[in-house]
Amino acid sequence: MQHALISGAAISLVCSVVGLFLVLRRHSLFGDAMSHVAFGGIAIGLFTKVYPIWTAFIVSVLAAIGITKLREFTKIPADSAVALLLSSGLAVGVVLISLSNGFTLDLYSFLFGSILLISIQDMVTSIALCAAVLIVISIVYRKLMYITFDEEQAKVSGLDVGKLNYLFVVLASITVITSIRLVGVLLISSLLVIPNITAMMFGKGFKKTALISALVGVFSVLSGITISYVTNLAPGGTIVLISIGTFLATVASKYSMMLIKGKGEKLVTSMVDQKQ
Amino acid sequence: MQIAEGSTTAIVDVKNVSYSYNNSFSSSIILNDISFKVKEGDFLGIIGPNGAGKTTLFQCMLGLLKDYDGEITIFGEDTRRNKLVLKKIAYIRQKNFIDRSFPATVNEIVSLGTVGIKALSKEKKEDKILSVIESVGLFEYRNKRIGQLSGGQQQRVLIAKALIADPALLILDEPTTGIDQSTQDRFYALLKSLNHEKNITIIWSSHDLGAVNKLANKVACINKNMFFHGNAYEFFENEKLLKAYSESAMQAHMQLHLNKNPNSSNNNGNNPTYS
Repeated sequence: MQHALISGAAISLVCSVVGLFLVLRRHSLFGDAMSHVAFGGIAIGLFTKVYPIWTAFIVSVLAAIGITKLREFTKIPADSAVALLLSSGLAVGVVLISLSNGFTLDLYSFLFGSILLISIQDMVTSIALCAAVLIVISIVYRKLMYITFDEEQAKVSGLDVGKLNYLFVVLASITVITSIRLVGVLLISSLLVIPNITAMMFGKGFKKTALISALVGVFSVLSGITISYVTNLAPGGTIVLISIGTFLATVASKYSMMLIKGKGEKLVTSMVDQKQ
Repeated sequence: MQIAEGSTTAIVDVKNVSYSYNNSFSSSIILNDISFKVKEGDFLGIIGPNGAGKTTLFQCMLGLLKDYDGEITIFGEDTRRNKLVLKKIAYIRQKNFIDRSFPATVNEIVSLGTVGIKALSKEKKEDKILSVIESVGLFEYRNKRIGQLSGGQQQRVLIAKALIADPALLILDEPTTGIDQSTQDRFYALLKSLNHEKNITIIWSSHDLGAVNKLANKVACINKNMFFHGNAYEFFENEKLLKAYSESAMQAHMQLHLNKNPNSSNNNGNNPTYS
């Protein structure tokens, strides 16, 4: 449980930060695509008896670089590239599973997450990878923010946008691989997207949005793990449902505030009219 | 009508630049043999109808498009090869690219202009950010999100971001499109002061002939070809030129709307030239 909470906090933090750039660049489904590629990589690992996270890591990073290069040459739209990645990863996984006579318990845990069963070795690996991603992002975050705001302007200011894009897809791939243990292949994009769209509802600047997103992400993961531990529910699904609940609560409170403010303004207007 | 060569050296030299969009089935000429020079302190207004190739010309000048014919040097360097020269240039394009949901304050957007500038300390950078925001009249909006500002205010934020790196050349691509008249007037006053007081060379594309007449000392009029290049007063005081430009612009406007296939048009870079 303690291992799960520590790993979960680290993973949710890095997912929120990487996810903010993905959401703002309209690449919200990139995480989904990478996780499906990782699924293919995991299947390769299970098939070849190599530690699946490493094969997933290698396959995902190569696929992320490959798809970025392919997009440069062919100019295919981002959503089509995502569809290509997603179906390719899944196809490789399904074929290899059929060759190894169907689903195994290991594969099930990769699909849906197994954070409560995380070992101390996995915890240390997760923390090290999260720390590495966060350190690199903290070094280049203003450059990443610039290319996210306006890639053309960033190019004209002399930034090497091509290299930064490659660096970012590699960081995003590492983030996805690290998160597989937490929520599984099928729910990863929720960790990248939901805390950020929740944070954006607050209407703050970049740094504050990133901070709120990190808080929402960490809160969802820690409360999700605790609730699933106590109630024996699936942790991945519980975490996602809590983050969706947080998002809906934020939307509802924002809408209520707008209604109260609107009524208040109408009341003031009518009082002024009555006086006149 | 060529500009007389003065003592000041040209900081922008565009020589015989042509650009076409090609695919397997067709080819479309966007720029045909464009040449002009811009000297330090010039305020060049580039006018031309929609589809005349103004944005493409800027993209070639900035090295964003690399496969053009001809030569372009800015401060003596080819921007396709030397990225360092871009540090001296600020580029502001049409305002409609700004995502109103982007979660960044005015302060944060302006600070992007300091990315890559290592010479300044953190405190000096912050002071400079505030002073440049003040210079474009947005000090009280510095903590507002860019999406909360009007179109004109957003353009001023982008100007502030551009100015923070102390550019020697400012390139603006139709910066006032979709902005109301009073905001446009304030924006033009700002451009004028940047050119006159800070001696920043400005290249500015616009459809607003009145504003170009008031602000620019040089005019380049393009419609795929260079239609006219010279002193602004020579263009605006020549009724024949103005009439020919209006007819050419109207023709291009009609073709843009009526003819979706550029190959079947008569406008394959064969407009009359008056320079």
